[in-house]
Amino acid sequence: MKGILKKISQINFGLLSPEDIRKMSVTKIVTPDTYDEDGYPIEAGLMDPRLGVIDPGLRCRSCGSKGGDCQGHFGHINLARPVIHVGFADTIHKILRSTCTKCGRVLLTESEIIDYKDKLESKLQNQESITTIIKEIYTVARRDKCPHCDEEKEEIKIDKPISIVEGNYKLTSSEVRERLERIQEQDYLFVGVNPEVAKPEWMVLTVLPVPPVTVRPSITLETGERSEDDLTHKLVDILRINQRLKENMEAGAPQLIVEDLWELLQYHVTTYFDNEASGVPPARHRSGRPLKTLAQRLKGKEGRFRSNLSGKRVNFSARTVISPDPNISINEVGVPKMIATEVTVPVYVTKWNIEQMKEHIQTGPKEHPGANYVIRPDQRKIRVYDETKEAIIEKLEPGYIVERHLKDGDIVLFNRQPSLHRMSMMAHEVKVLPYKTFRLNLCVCPPYNADFDGDEMNMHVFQTEESRAEAKSLMRVQEHILSPRFGGPIIGGIHDHISGAYLLTRLGSDFKEEDVLQMLKKSNIPFPERQKGDSWTGKEIFSLLLPESLNMVYKAEICRKCDECLRQECKNDAYVVIESGQLKTGAIDERAYGAFSGKILDSIVKDYGTDKAREFLDSATKLAISGIMKRGFTTSTADEEIPREAKDRIEELLSKSESRVEQLIDAFHNDELESLPGRSLRETLEMKIMQVLGEARDKSGEIAESYFGMDNHAVIMALTGARGSMLNLTQIAACVGQQSVRGGRIERGYSNRTLPHFQVGELGAKASGFVHSSYKKGLDPLEFFFHAMGGREGLVDTAIRTAQSGYMQRRLVNALQDLSVQPDGTVMDNRGIVIQTKYGEDGVDPAKSDYGKVADIDRLIDEMRIKSKVGK
Amino acid sequence: MKNDILKHKLVPDHTILSKTEMNKVLKQLNIHQEQLPKIKSDDPVVKDIGAKPGDILKITRKSHTAGKFVTYRLVLE
Repeated sequence: MKGILKKISQINFGLLSPEDIRKMSVTKIVTPDTYDEDGYPIEAGLMDPRLGVIDPGLRCRSCGSKGGDCQGHFGHINLARPVIHVGFADTIHKILRSTCTKCGRVLLTESEIIDYKDKLESKLQNQESITTIIKEIYTVARRDKCPHCDEEKEEIKIDKPISIVEGNYKLTSSEVRERLERIQEQDYLFVGVNPEVAKPEWMVLTVLPVPPVTVRPSITLETGERSEDDLTHKLVDILRINQRLKENMEAGAPQLIVEDLWELLQYHVTTYFDNEASGVPPARHRSGRPLKTLAQRLKGKEGRFRSNLSGKRVNFSARTVISPDPNISINEVGVPKMIATEVTVPVYVTKWNIEQMKEHIQTGPKEHPGANYVIRPDQRKIRVYDETKEAIIEKLEPGYIVERHLKDGDIVLFNRQPSLHRMSMMAHEVKVLPYKTFRLNLCVCPPYNADFDGDEMNMHVFQTEESRAEAKSLMRVQEHILSPRFGGPIIGGIHDHISGAYLLTRLGSDFKEEDVLQMLKKSNIPFPERQKGDSWTGKEIFSLLLPESLNMVYKAEICRKCDECLRQECKNDAYVVIESGQLKTGAIDERAYGAFSGKILDSIVKDYGTDKAREFLDSATKLAISGIMKRGFTTSTADEEIPREAKDRIEELLSKSESRVEQLIDAFHNDELESLPGRSLRETLEMKIMQVLGEARDKSGEIAESYFGMDNHAVIMALTGARGSMLNLTQIAACVGQQSVRGGRIERGYSNRTLPHFQVGELGAKASGFVHSSYKKGLDPLEFFFHAMGGREGLVDTAIRTAQSGYMQRRLVNALQDLSVQPDGTVMDNRGIVIQTKYGEDGVDPAKSDYGKVADIDRLIDEMRIKSKVGK
Repeated sequence: MKNDILKHKLVPDHTILSKTEMNKVLKQLNIHQEQLPKIKSDDPVVKDIGAKPGDILKITRKSHTAGKFVTYRLVLE
C-alpha cells in the first residue's frame, strides 16, 4: 500500500533473569572502591575499565572501540541475599495472595481454571488487553483454603512499600522468592505472568546489573577533584553493605545482625531504583540533597521522556523580553545587537560573495556584522578569533561556509507560547537594533496574544536556503493577516490605532496643509501630486491610503443600530462609503482595519494581495498615531463624571427598582405571586427579581450614557472598539449591578442568609449581592464583599476553562496532526487513507473565504452598485 | 414492526456502485480502494440495500458547507 513504510508487529516486555544479567555482564563487581591512589580505576570496582570508556583517547577493554563510539557494557553484583525489586512489590503481593503457600497452585477451582483459560486465550488471540481478567482473578483467588490441597491460607498483606506480611510474621525476601518459585508454569498466565518472557521469582533480585560508566559519568571539577554520579554513590552503598553482609554470614554472626544488614541492603537497592518511594526515607547526599536515582531520571517534567525525548533544546535560537516599536513594519522584528552577534546564518562562499564574507571575518566575532565560525570543505569548524582572522581570510575560498552574524533582512522564525495556532509562529525580517529586547509591531500582538507586561518570545534562525525560501513564502507575517479561523483579519490596528483613525476621520476634523504634509511624511505616504488649498478633511487624508479602485459600503463599529438607517445621512457618521478609493462618508474605526473585524483591511488583502495590505497597515497605523498625536489623547476617571442631576435620576431609578423588588418579595410571601410555567414559586421570584435588577442597571447605564458625548475620550474608545465597553463605563459612572455566583444571585454564606448583617431568610436586593453604588462612588463593605465573591468565581472559571480547553485542543491536535490536503482537494492521513474526498466538503480554504462563506453576495452587490454609479 | 430505515431523514442516500463506476471513482481520486473510508457489512443500511464486502457505496448527504456532498465507502466484511 502507498505510504506505509514499516509496521511494528510486536513489542514484548519481560523480566531479566539472573542468567540474562550474568550473560550480558562483562565483569563481576566486588569492591566498593572506584579509584586507587594514583587515580586509576580499580579492577572489579565500579569504574572497571571493562565497563566502557568516556575519555576520547582511550580504547574500551571490552569492545576495543574508542571513547565516544563505545556505548558501554553492563557489569553485575552478586547479592549475598535476595532482595525485592520495589517496582514489583505490588505484583508480588497480589501473586502471593492468589496462590497456595504449600502446593503453589493458583487459588482457583478446576472449573474456574478452565473458564478463565478460555477467556484469556481468546483475548490473547485477538491481541486484546487481559488486565481486566487478571484483576478479576486477583479478587476471585482470595480464598482462605486451597482448592487443590486443602491447605489453610493466612491473610497476606503488604506493608508499603516492600514488606510482605503473612498474619503477623514478616516474610523474608528469601521466603518470598521460594514461594514464587513454587508456582507452576501452567499457572503463570492466571497471575498475569507471560511464561515466555518472565518467571515470578525474577521479581526478587539475586543479581543486580551494574550500568556502564557512560550512564553515570564522573565529573572532574576545576580543582581536579572527582565528583561521582548519584548512581555510582548508590552502587557504592550497595556494594559496601553487600560485602559486610557476606562477611558476617560467613563468620556465622548472630541472626539479628544478619537480618539488620539484610534490611539495610534492601533499603539501598530500593532507593537505587526509586528514591521517592512512599514509606522509604529518601537516600541523601552528604550535602543533604536527595539522590537522583533511576526512577527520578525518567519521571516527570524534567525526566528523560518529557524533557529529552518529547522535547529538545535547539541551537540558533534566542529568547528575551518583548517591547513595542510602532516604527518597524509588521513583517519585521527588532533583534538586539547582542543576540545578532551570537546567533548566526551559514553562508556558502562563492566567487560572487567572497569579498563580502572576507569583510565579515575581518570585522571579527565581537563587532556587529561579523562572523563567528568558518566551516572548511572538509567539514572542520574553525572559530574566528581576532588573532586568527587574518589567517582564515587568507585561506577562504569558494566551498567554505561562513557562519556570519544575523543582519537586517534575514528571515527568522518568531514564536510566543502557548503556540495554539499557526499564527503563533511566523517568519519575520530581522532588523538589528540597540538595547536588549525584541521589538515587534503592535499589529502582530493579537495573533501572538502578546502584551508588554514582561512577556518573552523566542526567535529561531533558519539554517538552510530551503527553509528560508519556504518560510518567506508561507510563514511571513503578511501571509497571515487573514486567519483561517474565521476568514477575516487577525492582524490589524489596536487601541490607539483605532481611536486615532476615528479622531482623524470623524465629521468636522480639518487639518492645515502643513500638518497634513507632516503626518504624511511620518507615515511614509507619498505626497499627492495635486496639492490643494489650505484645509484638508481627515477623510481626504485617509483616502490617500486606499487603492484607487476600491469600492465598498459597510456599517462602522460606532453604528448605534437605529430603527431606521439613514444611510449616508447618518448623524453618527457610521455609514461608511468608499468610492474609487475615496472615503465619502463614515468614520474609520475598528470595523475598518482593526484586528478581528477590519473590513477595509480584509478587502485589500483579498483584492490587492498581501504586499498592498502590509503597506496599507503600516501606513494607516502610523497615520493614526501621528493624527492622535496632533491633538493628544488621554483618559481618567474624570471622563466618567456625570452631573448631579444625572446622579439624582439614577438614585431615583434604583430606589424605585429596589422597592419593586420589595413588592415582589411581599407578593411572594403573601402567595400572590403567579408562577411561570415549569418554574416553582421561588424560582419565579428569583427570575423576576433578576429581571428587575438587570433592567435597573441597564437603565441607569442609559441615563449615564445620555450625559456622555463624543468629545469624551473614554466614550470614543468604547464606541470605536479601541478599548473598553460602554458597560465598563456605566459601571464606573452609574451602577455596578447584580453580582452573581453560579449564574444566580448570591445565596451562600450563613444559613439562610448571606451575611450576619441580614435577617434570616431575607431576599431583598441588597442582601443577595446587588451593588447599588458605582465604582467611582465606591462600594460599601457589604457590596465590596459580594463583588469579591463574584470576582473570585470569574477568576476560578477562567483558570479551569483554560486547563480544560488546553487538554481538549491537545487531543484534537494529536488526532489531526498527520492529515493533509492533497493537490486535488482530498484530505488524507499519513498512510494515504482518505478522510474526506473534498476538504470541508466544499473545498474552500477558510483563510481565503469571505468570513467562512465562499462569497458575500451582499457585499459584492454593494460594490458593483457603487462601481456602476461611479462609472456614470 | 420495523420501519424502513432508508426513509429516515437522518439516513443519507446509499447506492452500490457498479464495477465500471467503481473504477471510475478510484481513477478519479487516484487511490487504491483500501484507502477509502470504510463501512462495516453489518451496518444496518448495508444489510438493507444488500451490499457485499468489496462493494463501494456512494453516499450522498446534506452538508452545512456545500449543500450536497458525495462521498464513498468501502464495505468491509
